[in-house]
Amino acid sequence: MRAVFLIAAFVCVLCVIFICYFLFSSGLAPIAEYGPLKFIFGASWKPSSGLFGIAPMIVGSIYVTAGAIIIGVPIGVLTAMFMSHFCQKKLYRVLKPAVSLLAGIPSVVYGFFGLLVMVPAARTLFGGVGGKSVFTASVLLGMMILPTVISVSEAALRAVPTQYYEGALALGASHERSVFFAVLPAAKSGVMTSIVLGIGRAIGEAMAVTMVAGNQPIFPASLTSGVRTLTANIVQEMGYAADTHREMLIATAVVLFVFILLINLLLSAMKGSKRR
Amino acid sequence: MTKVVVPVKRKRIDPLSLMLRFFVILAAVLTAAVVVSIVGYIAIKGIPYIKPSLFAWKYTSQNVSLMPSLVNTVLTLILALVIATPLGIFAAVYLAEYAKRGNTFVKIIRMAAETLSGIPSIIYGLFGYLTFVLFWRGYSILAGGLTLAIMVLPVIMRTTEEALLAVPDMYREGSFGLGAGRLRTVLRVVLPPAIPGILAGVILATGRIVGETAALVFTAGSTEKIPSSLFDSAATLAVHMYNISREGLHIGQAYATALVLIALVVLINMLSAWVAKKMTGEHNG
Repeated sequence: MRAVFLIAAFVCVLCVIFICYFLFSSGLAPIAEYGPLKFIFGASWKPSSGLFGIAPMIVGSIYVTAGAIIIGVPIGVLTAMFMSHFCQKKLYRVLKPAVSLLAGIPSVVYGFFGLLVMVPAARTLFGGVGGKSVFTASVLLGMMILPTVISVSEAALRAVPTQYYEGALALGASHERSVFFAVLPAAKSGVMTSIVLGIGRAIGEAMAVTMVAGNQPIFPASLTSGVRTLTANIVQEMGYAADTHREMLIATAVVLFVFILLINLLLSAMKGSKRR
Repeated sequence: MTKVVVPVKRKRIDPLSLMLRFFVILAAVLTAAVVVSIVGYIAIKGIPYIKPSLFAWKYTSQNVSLMPSLVNTVLTLILALVIATPLGIFAAVYLAEYAKRGNTFVKIIRMAAETLSGIPSIIYGLFGYLTFVLFWRGYSILAGGLTLAIMVLPVIMRTTEEALLAVPDMYREGSFGLGAGRLRTVLRVVLPPAIPGILAGVILATGRIVGETAALVFTAGSTEKIPSSLFDSAATLAVHMYNISREGLHIGQAYATALVLIALVVLINMLSAWVAKKMTGEHNG
């Protein structure tokens, strides 16, 4: 039986190997054939005329992820502080399930909400333009990463020994100052982990972003212009693409996969340094 | 547990503390507002459209019934769990009961599991497309189930391992002391008390499967029909939701479908939390 258990445990490793193998073997050859530099730095994506530059999508992914972090991280970390040090037990019993509810909402529902509520709202806000835009996508993604940021940060804040807080209080700091300047710095590595996890979730999100971003494959000129992310590029065109076009979409996924692997590497490096 | 210490009453609060407190409360209010606005808005818009016709057995372009996709969700769920649950449990048994701690092989397995849980669902979808869909020449519920099985494998593995590690070593020592072998100890002594924890993990995986779209669109496809074989395309509830919200013709029904989807996922997550709580309660008691 030991062998059976061992094989089962090895399935995980096999899956990672298979995923890497299939993605890279079907994605790298078209990149090499098209020219890696032309592919990654090419500014125009026109499948019908054989132009496959994904620079606008890479920039788009980075923009909306950055936007999500700018919106989601401050609100998330502050909410985590509220939950760990400011709120009463009664309120906590309501807030905690509410946050896990947010984590449970499927991304397609977020996308639907974004499409029907946030897109018109953004259009009104910017006076007729910018419904489907960098702005809307960033706000929606910021909302989607909230539960990740909150729960990981809260756990980190709670793991800080009470002596830090009490020591600060004893030195005459107020409750707020103690939490912000003694507890928060001590929970720094956990908070950073929550941010990196949030980045991973935001950059990999496909359905919701596709529904609210507009998906024009051009460099976004401003917050109110439409944007296409790497994930949206795949979701939008995979359904009907054929031949070279389809290979280039798989190549897009390879680029996204490399981003995700880098984020994973960063995460495990952070965990490693925490242990020491 | 950090205890919230009520600050000593003082005569005046300095402006910085006041500002910090303001920001913290503002953030919490914003978070609560996000939850209330999404769930509340969808509930208010959706409830009037929860009608029997929404649950008709047949999907037509006039009546976008969610029933076929609900059945498909259950079928996909069964397929994925039948594959992922035994694999995940066995893998966790190896990690928790057989492997020596700090073994290089164990490190590799853990790294692989962590990598798997970080991969976004659209990548799983493309992988499923490149392997299963191309192999069987078409979208199929089997391809969707297999893709999702890989996706939830790390979830089941991690929760099972945690549940096994929570079983006190006394149990194992007692069993060994009575002359039982390693396998008998695992099956008869260690696994039974860990069952609630394992179940909580399986239910958590269920929640992820029910809400999944990106991994299914290019594997199980989006045919709004109950499949007649494993090799037929079938849209799950979340994919159905994506289809009707993209078409934009049946907005009311889309709200109702979203509401059903949220309710399902919330129920599943609550069940998981409840089962997990029961486990920890028994251990402490």
